[in-house]
Amino acid sequence: MALKVGDYKTDVHNDWCPGCGDFGIVNAIQMALAEMEIPRHQSAIFSGIGCSGKTSHFINVFGVHTLHGRVLPFAQGAKISNPNLEIIAVGGDGDGLGIGAGHFVAAGRRNVNMTYIIFDNAVYGLTKGQASPTLKLGEKTKSLPTPNTNYDVNPIGLAIASGFTFAARGYSYDVRQLKNLIIAAVRHKGLAFLDVLQPCPTYNDINTKDWFSGEDRIDETTKKPMPRIYKLEDTDYDPVVHYSDETELNQKKTQAIVKSLEWDSKIPTGIFYKNELITPYTRRLTDKIPNYVENPSALQNISKNNVPITKINQILDSYKV
Amino acid sequence: MVSDFTWMIGGPQGSGVETAANIFSQVFSKMGYQIFGKREYYSNIKGEHSYFAVRISDKKIRSSVKGTNMLIAFDAETIFRHVDDVLENGIIIYDSTLENMKISDVITFENDFKDRLENILKSKNKESNVKGMLELASENGVTIHSVSFRSLLTELSEKLENPRIKNMSRMFNVLGVSLSLGLLMIPSEKLTESINSIFSKKKSIADMNVSAANFAYNYAAAKFDEPNFKFKAKEIEENTLLVQGYYGTSLGKIIAGCRFQSYYPITPATDESNFLETNEILEINEDRPGSTLVIQTEDEISAIGMAIGSSLTGVRSATCTSGPGFVLMAECLSWAGINEVPVVITFYQRSGPSTGLPTRHGQDDLLCAINSGVGEFPRIVYASGNVSDSFYDTTQVFNYADIFQIPVIHMLDKFIASSVTTCQRFDETKVNIDRGKLLDEIPSDNYRRFAHTEDGISPRSKLGLENGIFWNTGDESDIQGHISEDPVNRIQMMDKRQSRLDYILEKIPESEQIVKHSEGDFCIVSWGSTQGPILDTIEMLKNEGINIGFVEIKLLHPFPKELLKKSLSNSKTIIDIEANYTGQLGSLIRQNLEKDPNYYILKFTGRPMTCTELYDTLKKIINNNAEKREVLTYGA
Repeated sequence: MALKVGDYKTDVHNDWCPGCGDFGIVNAIQMALAEMEIPRHQSAIFSGIGCSGKTSHFINVFGVHTLHGRVLPFAQGAKISNPNLEIIAVGGDGDGLGIGAGHFVAAGRRNVNMTYIIFDNAVYGLTKGQASPTLKLGEKTKSLPTPNTNYDVNPIGLAIASGFTFAARGYSYDVRQLKNLIIAAVRHKGLAFLDVLQPCPTYNDINTKDWFSGEDRIDETTKKPMPRIYKLEDTDYDPVVHYSDETELNQKKTQAIVKSLEWDSKIPTGIFYKNELITPYTRRLTDKIPNYVENPSALQNISKNNVPITKINQILDSYKV
Repeated sequence: MVSDFTWMIGGPQGSGVETAANIFSQVFSKMGYQIFGKREYYSNIKGEHSYFAVRISDKKIRSSVKGTNMLIAFDAETIFRHVDDVLENGIIIYDSTLENMKISDVITFENDFKDRLENILKSKNKESNVKGMLELASENGVTIHSVSFRSLLTELSEKLENPRIKNMSRMFNVLGVSLSLGLLMIPSEKLTESINSIFSKKKSIADMNVSAANFAYNYAAAKFDEPNFKFKAKEIEENTLLVQGYYGTSLGKIIAGCRFQSYYPITPATDESNFLETNEILEINEDRPGSTLVIQTEDEISAIGMAIGSSLTGVRSATCTSGPGFVLMAECLSWAGINEVPVVITFYQRSGPSTGLPTRHGQDDLLCAINSGVGEFPRIVYASGNVSDSFYDTTQVFNYADIFQIPVIHMLDKFIASSVTTCQRFDETKVNIDRGKLLDEIPSDNYRRFAHTEDGISPRSKLGLENGIFWNTGDESDIQGHISEDPVNRIQMMDKRQSRLDYILEKIPESEQIVKHSEGDFCIVSWGSTQGPILDTIEMLKNEGINIGFVEIKLLHPFPKELLKKSLSNSKTIIDIEANYTGQLGSLIRQNLEKDPNYYILKFTGRPMTCTELYDTLKKIINNNAEKREVLTYGA
């Protein structure tokens, strides 16, 4: 029997603030899982710390709520050990691009076949609104005593520079597009990164839902707001690296980075970059361990009736006096 | 016939000192001798001083002694640093071209060492050069053989009509060991055999080294006077292995079914991960090949994080590190603690604090291993005393991790890691695998990961298992694994986890908690790699009719308080022996037994204890003229 979206929901009370952008992301993940018909026990949500870290408790698949900044090591360890699992890692922008930035870069280099979603709201919510790595220099959100003194990280640019083979951006109030982006990310063969703009109604009083939808800039002729967000799929932008060629690769990488820098008046969402010509990590493993995909760590037998079945006599023989 | 002999070779890092020592060890092991070798080196790639001391004996040995019977030096630094190690009637073979090298010519000396050495030579009216040093040795009855290593190469190059050989100073190591064996009149075919086996992957290099070896061997046999030391080949004891210290935990992991190891490079732990990766494809009984996945991560936090992620999928997983890496793992360790995740951390200690003495020995991380982490959670801290024990113990720590569903920290150290020793072949038939309450199938879907049970341990699902969905969180959780700050649940969950400490002491057999090697009025209490020097010392004293007790504590946390009390009940004087400054085991004894050990023998120079200095100190204690805290200092 096919599973419905409801089957992917737990009855855990959701304590996010009313109007939080996170709700849209959880819904989109549940919808994506249902649409892809991924059996519940074959899927796991790994999460970091903070408001977004609670995500795993709201989704009725395996849920591993880890530590601040450490979601990627935990998730990669599980995925590499059992490549049959469908793993989605989630975390905040402070979690992934501040304390977790080293893991972010290293994960890109590995290109493990899984998805990483950053809930990007430019503030640390759960600790009461401090500046996060994606807050622009000089901006002063509600609870900052003085304007932010740090330059912002460009998540899409960092992902591409680190070796992620899929980089996309979603908006938490466009659940339909977000669901489709999640499906594309999960189906991507390699490490997929999805940056989700997610207004924090409590602490980010700059990049609000109204700001994204352009309530502050009314078109003089139509008298309607002019939304800041637009979709790449509505343009002729082509994110895909089509063939193994340095010029093609460099062009697709640079166009994605340049595109990701658009902000303020025009903010693109959609897929910025997609390259399936780079080998995923498990494929790289099979170069040295030929049967790894069929017989990965998690599926190997190690004993029979409590007796070990691994033979070490040949190694021992080589040390024999 | 010689029954106990130490041979030492020194040279700059990268000059093949280790290869020379391996040749020497192989030759003597094949002559039926027991071997105990140890390597000392600086935190450096090339140029700093390193040395290898190989002790051989016709009986079982487990440690080094103070001093050496023979020293091979092809650089001035080795002479300056080690001449005073050469025992009476010993032998030095050195490169004669070094004769006029002054202390100030050796740029790698620490200033303190330079001043110390200059003062010694001055006080003895010797020139502050190699000649002066050697005169000192000569006056102590040491025989000195001077050979120009360079001329040997020149002659060999002419003989073989190969001009390249003339400049191959990287063969000085092979010349040194071959001169030694020629002098000691060891059958030359053993030398050839050993070189061929060590260079077995490169025939041309093996051939060249064999030529050089034979040339040097014949030179020594012809030119040097017959020494006082005579060796005779004996029958090799059946099932003897010659192993490096880290083979024990490596092979233990392989046979125990550890299929995932993530690590970040750090001395002296890296060798183990390297070994696992070199042997990553595994032969499995009646099945397709298996594999150990070894992943070099971006840091130690990722190393433990990945190992935990792997463990959640049901894999036996581990990481291997040293002190500075271990402290980085503390937060993840707590996470594994609250989530009841079995994971093994193999902890090869070196000497701190901070990076401390990065390539030297120490046992100063015991309390760190027991206490690191946020909050209160159960863990096991378990220590092995030698290479062979470390094999069996490794297979057991994986069982403990699975049975008790907790992180296990397995303590070893640099002394074990970088020693080379003969030992009995590891017996695979003694290994058993117990995965505790790990489930392979779950029939219905009312599974609760942290369900309360009589023994406090819940049946364990794994990621991917049908009907076995669970949640984990670093927060306190309910039986499903969802966050809960309910005070009643909190009490139940803390009880559930913490009760495991008593359960561990109840379940692990006493013989695995504490090993009582011997009994006596004077009783040594110790842990880890001090086992070797202690057992050798006990034997030395026994030969004089003195019986000393020795209680080795393997399970250090939870602390086997009652068992230790019982083990010490017949002893009057307790002597704590450890390679650290404060006596960390001593503090656990004070805390648990409300009794301070009567004596402490400590060493924290980064150099391992020798049985000789332990013997001297124990004699002082027995004769009642020791201080409460005796500090050992031997070793360059």
